[in-house]
Amino acid sequence: MVNIEINGIPIQARDGAMVIEAADEAGIVIPRFCYHKKLSIAANCRMCLVDVEKAPKPLPACATPVTDGMVVRTRSEKALDAQKGVMEFLLINHPLDCPICDQGGECELQDLAMGFGKDASRYTEARRVVPEKNLGPLIATDMTRCIHCTRCVRFGREIAGIMELGATGRGEHTEIGTYVERTVNSEMSGNVIDLCPVGALTSRPYRYTGRPWENRQSVSIAPHDCVGSNIYIETRRGRLMRVLPQENEAINETWISDRDRFSYTAVQGEARLARPMIKQGEDWKEVDWHTALEYAVEGIRRVREQAGSEQIGALVSPSSTLEELYLAQKLLRALGSDNIDHRLRQTDFRDQDLAPVAPLLGSTLAELEARDAVLLIGSFTRKDQPLAAHRLRKAAVRGAAIMSVSSLAYDFNFDLAAEIVAAPAGMVNELAGIASALLELSGGEAPEGLASLLAPLAISEAHRDIAARLREAEQGSVLLGVQALGQAELSELRALAGVIARESGASLGYLPDGANAVGAWLAGAVPHRRPGGDETGGRDVDNMINDGLRACLLLGVEPEFDTAQPARALATVEAADFVVVMNPFVSETMKTYADVLLPVATWAETAGTYVNVEGAWQRFTAAMEPLGEARPAWKVLRVLGNLFELDGFEQTSTDEVHDEAREAIGEVTPATDSAWRLPAARTVAGEGLQRIAFLPIYGVDGLVRRAAALQATADAPPAAMYLNGALAAELGLSDGESAVARQDNNAVTLPVIIDEGVPDGCVLIPQAIKGVEMLASATGRVSVERA
Amino acid sequence: MMQSGKRASKLHLITAASLEEIDHWVAKYPADRKQGAVMAALRIVQDQNGGWLSNDLMDAVAEYLGMEPIEVYEVATFYSMYERDPVGRHKICICTNISCMLCGSAEIVRHLEERLGIKLGETTEDGRFTLKEVECLGACVDAPMFQIGRNYYAKLTKEKVDEILDALD
Ligand code: SF4
Ligand code: FES
Ligand code: FES
Repeated sequence: MVNIEINGIPIQARDGAMVIEAADEAGIVIPRFCYHKKLSIAANCRMCLVDVEKAPKPLPACATPVTDGMVVRTRSEKALDAQKGVMEFLLINHPLDCPICDQGGECELQDLAMGFGKDASRYTEARRVVPEKNLGPLIATDMTRCIHCTRCVRFGREIAGIMELGATGRGEHTEIGTYVERTVNSEMSGNVIDLCPVGALTSRPYRYTGRPWENRQSVSIAPHDCVGSNIYIETRRGRLMRVLPQENEAINETWISDRDRFSYTAVQGEARLARPMIKQGEDWKEVDWHTALEYAVEGIRRVREQAGSEQIGALVSPSSTLEELYLAQKLLRALGSDNIDHRLRQTDFRDQDLAPVAPLLGSTLAELEARDAVLLIGSFTRKDQPLAAHRLRKAAVRGAAIMSVSSLAYDFNFDLAAEIVAAPAGMVNELAGIASALLELSGGEAPEGLASLLAPLAISEAHRDIAARLREAEQGSVLLGVQALGQAELSELRALAGVIARESGASLGYLPDGANAVGAWLAGAVPHRRPGGDETGGRDVDNMINDGLRACLLLGVEPEFDTAQPARALATVEAADFVVVMNPFVSETMKTYADVLLPVATWAETAGTYVNVEGAWQRFTAAMEPLGEARPAWKVLRVLGNLFELDGFEQTSTDEVHDEAREAIGEVTPATDSAWRLPAARTVAGEGLQRIAFLPIYGVDGLVRRAAALQATADAPPAAMYLNGALAAELGLSDGESAVARQDNNAVTLPVIIDEGVPDGCVLIPQAIKGVEMLASATGRVSVERA
Repeated sequence: MMQSGKRASKLHLITAASLEEIDHWVAKYPADRKQGAVMAALRIVQDQNGGWLSNDLMDAVAEYLGMEPIEVYEVATFYSMYERDPVGRHKICICTNISCMLCGSAEIVRHLEERLGIKLGETTEDGRFTLKEVECLGACVDAPMFQIGRNYYAKLTKEKVDEILDALD
């Protein structure tokens, strides 16, 4: 620590801190544009010039380290003179278009110009004009307003990990842009909108729709991934205007992903279900809530009487709130059925009794950043959980070994220390190889049957390399991601991951899909465990889909997109006698299988809790009234309980549901170790290629699937099949041609795209997008032939 | 768009001879600072390509040096010696900075423009000459001056200019 004085106030500052940091900590305001605490120091705007005693000229506070005894004045004549001078230069080329600029009211330049600017310009020469850039559907540009602070450029290089924007040209001709016209494709690109201190980069979906001072800000939690980024939802007169990050150093720092930022556009979209509807013969009729709920209760009762409770089941979205999930399982169980599942993309349940109490990360997100080695198993973290990937990236940049075993040579935004790309079934061999290499190193005893998973492959150099790096690491993590959790080999992968973690001393963790997978497990939204984890026995999602249900409740779920077996799930709900849909949206497909459509609130319109992957319980309130006659799902579930005349459905607020759930869940101590059990052998049925069912970032739930701006980005892939060149040649297929993919008796015709990152013997067909919903399963075999 | 990170390579656009020359420069920097050779690499591929850089060539340099394409564009747009559009066989870089201006560069420019029938920044239709205005080339003692290819021509007069141009193919 060093002692300095700013404006006469004695301050203790960290050694090596810059004057601006010390001032910020002490609450002394120094004007700035280019400085940002999360970015490297560029010191190119010069707005932060301050007067330092003994220095002949003013110094930039953002690039001047503190020294003992330093005396700084931020408001002396010399300092103010310098700051006003810089401001005058900055305003030379800046257009005076504040009245039509979206940044107005939250513009750093506007604010500082009030303090340091003159009311008239002395500049009479020509001003520069910079042509607009097309950066894609998310970011609007007005580049003449740019003051060349390079925050956006540094963000790309340092935070997003793909540098897309740059400063081309020189001097007065400097321009910020991509140089060749292309869209900005980072999954975190929207953050440059917040970073840009002027109105050069603004939100395209929000463009010209509002003024910041008219918006009401509510605190909320992002609803799309297990990070649980903290956000602000801004509304105006009951309309959702935009979503912004809320700073939380432990979770999302100051960033949010584009998915969390732009999905809101669907909240007011046309696809919203505004009033309850029931099916009368072939027609749909809008009814009042009471009629709809009575009708739902009636239908389910009838099935229960005729076929018994085991014919009732519920599929619930892993992005539902804890309160909704708790009440849904309570309702089902009170009706005598344990058939509830949120693991909609999971296909292997052989080892579910061994699963931990919840799919937790095994560390905090901040700790992830300090790991020395991380083995990702079937995780495309960058698009699955962008903010978790950001932590991994920071670790990698620091020199940590981030390694991946998956079924796609994935485009991470950092360098992997080791990468194995194998067909889904082949990943078992690879993990067995790594586990065996570790056992060799540790001299530990191989668990029974391990060898049978390794044969006939031997331990390779790659296995030894990964094993050694994990073992050397003081802090290591082994993480199972979204791909792994959806695989038919999950039991094997989990068992092997357990051995790898144990033998290397790493922690074992998960990066599941959905915003609330941890909450769903804790709340008992699984068939085999009650809230808190007590064992019971119901039918899992695979069983419900394949053996059928007579009555089905779908909470926030569209079977053709949200399950791993789209065609089969659709057939199941179509065959069911009675289907209750609770969803904020309505689609034509829903109308083909549903009997009752109940409009429920989106996350923005209800209070609730998400438990993130670290196990942090994060509560949020409603930012606005639900659209039309929609009601929060927890209320709907509660009233259903009342109408069934069940006990324990008297809650009058989410607080009450929350407290009740919390008590039922109790104190859970997550197991740190996973038990070894050689999974019962299971062969992949069918003929043909192995399917890799990539889950696109903008396909994960109904809200993002309806967010128009996100769907217009390059990350929303068209329905297509991707395979490598050698395999395509073998099948006589070429790039751009159409081919037929067949599973069960269903076939879809898709364009072929050659992608050398897909392993041999595999075809990658994304799931959760239009055009592939007639495929039977995200796992297993697909036969491919020329169209 | 592909789902994996495997992108089509543009490295084949750089000739083996150019690569060898680039490697000579790469060797001057620490192994993890290859991008230090970017300016040399751009010059080499520009020469290979008849005096200008296409976007694809810049991408290839980025790929070879492990940089993002935009980082290479930044360099190529910053320095005036890199051309991003095709140029004539002979690029006449005429200095109009202060010393040359005082010694009559304006007249030389006018003469060149008349003789070649093009303005500053343009290329003759037959693809022989490009006329480019540049800043001080450090030869002020012999102002006015211009540079063609690797050669400086100093103390220019109209007659001398004609002589020089006549001697070129
Ligand atoms: S666009 Fe905005 S953030 Fe980027 S350099 Fe210009 S002013 Fe700074
Ligand atoms: S904030 Fe210090 S120079 Fe820009
Ligand atoms: S001014 Fe022309 S060479 Fe220096």
